[in-house]
Amino acid sequence: MKIIVCVKQVPDTAATMEVENGNISWGDAPLIINPWDEFAVEAALNLAADQGGEVTALCLGKEEETEAIKHALAMGADAAVLVSDPALKGSDTVAASKVLAAAITKIGEVDLVLFGQQSVDTDTGLLPVQVARLLKWPSLTLVSKFKEVTPAEGSLQVIRSMEEGNQVIKSRLPAVVSVTKDYGEPRYPSFMGIRKASKAEYPVWTLTDLGIDPPSSSISWPEVNKPVEKEIVTEIIDGDTPEEKAKTLVEKLIAEKVL
Amino acid sequence: MDFGLSEEHHMVQRMVRDFAVKEVAPTIQEQDRLGEMDPQVLPRMAELGILGITIPLKYGGQGMDYISLGLACEELEAVDTSLRVVISVHNGLTCLTLLQWGTEEQKNKFLVPLAQGEKIGCGAFTEPGAGSDLSHLQTTGKIDGSCYILNGEKMWISLATAADYAVVTVRTNPKASKAYQGLSTFLVDLHSPGISRGDLHGKLGVRAGSTGWIAFQDVRVPAENMIGKEGEGFKVTMSAFDSGRYTVAAGATGLIGAALDASKTYADQRKAFGEKISDLQLIKAKIARMSLDYQAARLLYLKAGWMKNKGLRNTRETSAAKWYATEASFQAASEAVQIHGAYGYSDEYPVERYLRNAKGAMIYEGSNEIQSLIQADYALERRQDKKLRKESPPYDHESWT
Repeated sequence: MKIIVCVKQVPDTAATMEVENGNISWGDAPLIINPWDEFAVEAALNLAADQGGEVTALCLGKEEETEAIKHALAMGADAAVLVSDPALKGSDTVAASKVLAAAITKIGEVDLVLFGQQSVDTDTGLLPVQVARLLKWPSLTLVSKFKEVTPAEGSLQVIRSMEEGNQVIKSRLPAVVSVTKDYGEPRYPSFMGIRKASKAEYPVWTLTDLGIDPPSSSISWPEVNKPVEKEIVTEIIDGDTPEEKAKTLVEKLIAEKVL
Repeated sequence: MDFGLSEEHHMVQRMVRDFAVKEVAPTIQEQDRLGEMDPQVLPRMAELGILGITIPLKYGGQGMDYISLGLACEELEAVDTSLRVVISVHNGLTCLTLLQWGTEEQKNKFLVPLAQGEKIGCGAFTEPGAGSDLSHLQTTGKIDGSCYILNGEKMWISLATAADYAVVTVRTNPKASKAYQGLSTFLVDLHSPGISRGDLHGKLGVRAGSTGWIAFQDVRVPAENMIGKEGEGFKVTMSAFDSGRYTVAAGATGLIGAALDASKTYADQRKAFGEKISDLQLIKAKIARMSLDYQAARLLYLKAGWMKNKGLRNTRETSAAKWYATEASFQAASEAVQIHGAYGYSDEYPVERYLRNAKGAMIYEGSNEIQSLIQADYALERRQDKKLRKESPPYDHESWT
């Protein structure tokens, strides 16, 4: 079974984000693999272990930013491909999906493409669907469990987890799946994996290698602002008993029109 | 000269940090209050390979270098000292001592299961009446056929009740002309008949860690378990400290970092006199000192780690790193409590735990008074490192992986 897991680099979730003149910066905080993608890598590795086959991490980004790919390799991915081209700077999801679809096609004979459910930086959650559409493959989003995967029959059954409940979905392969955190905790990279990843070499493909023109983006970000900081007043509710404190709290919440 | 860490080092750092932050940090305050070690800690550290991080693959380890060991200690102690203590006694005092002094048979028999985390090791040197004055320890080992019979008591032993094996130094020749020449070191199976052990409670700090005593009553230890030769016990023990102190130094650096991070966050939020307290000069001075100490402590331990990688004798550098980092970590934790004010004095914030934990490392693995004497003797040229019969092996990527 040939599985591709798409990974993205994002600023560390602990980084302090600053916005100045519409530019977003995060100081010298390191880049990390998008935390949602770790669940997708975990799922890919488990599927490959169960079914046999190999996992390739696919990343779109700058050549020098290798953290996401290296992390996936250290977790146990067998191979990686980085797509990097100066023409891709500022790409929106429409443009990025065209590039990823072209790379998946170039890798060839893929059974399954996995994504994290969204990225923590742009938070759109659109790529899995857009890539699936371009490949003309089924798109299964918000998957928390792989019930049955039978590459020989070209089918899979998954559970989609949504706030309203769960759906069991049957689909043909190849397919594009986005994985939620309900899938289960991703493994840490092993020391052996870290050694392997730090020495790993992988191809870096440009748009020319993919045989496509620079895709145009449909959207841009003319203005980016930080949320307005609110002055927060903290008040400790006093009282002799929990009941008394709760009563005072409710009264205050009603007075503030929260309830 | 290259001060940069490799990509591999960064990944090790991140992996160990993720483990400590995700799996230990959420419950550490509770474990510290209970005064108990989380039973999941050792199995998880074993599973992740942390218990064999700097041991060659062929002896069951992970084949990472000494810098990786230091970085792991730094990340572990940034969450809690009890985690780093595990590394100090299991990896430092036990595994690395076997790697340096053990015979091939001893390495295959004992080091492999230790490095794989199937067995836990500790170092038993201190006694109720002998700590810094190690050469006058009282526990005896008397030869009897193919065994030595051990009698005596060891105290303040980390992981005493959790360990399967202990590296134990005893007096085998009471008639030796110099006390330290009469010592020998053994790898003792702690499940042997005649061994009793227990935990010590009421410690100031490292309450989520295990510290105890081990008593030996006519314990028969096979002669082939002797680490080094008879009479080499003092040298073997000092080598063990060269490894253990390195982990203490790196860990204490992590504690400075943790105190600094907590102080920065709090000082940026807390307001007094109409401004953030991080804008007040006296608070800035404390933060600046912590930041400076963090950098200095880190440089000292990384230099020692670099020397270990090269196979260079590093007793002086490791001792200096341990002395500096542990003094600075106590100071940093104390200032962190001060910055937090009354909140810092309660366990609502972690800084009081940092302060209690920091004190221990100024006492164990050679008190800081001993470290200062070592440094003075090097500076006054009254101390020279003589070549050991077995030196600490350098890190060799090819043969270790």
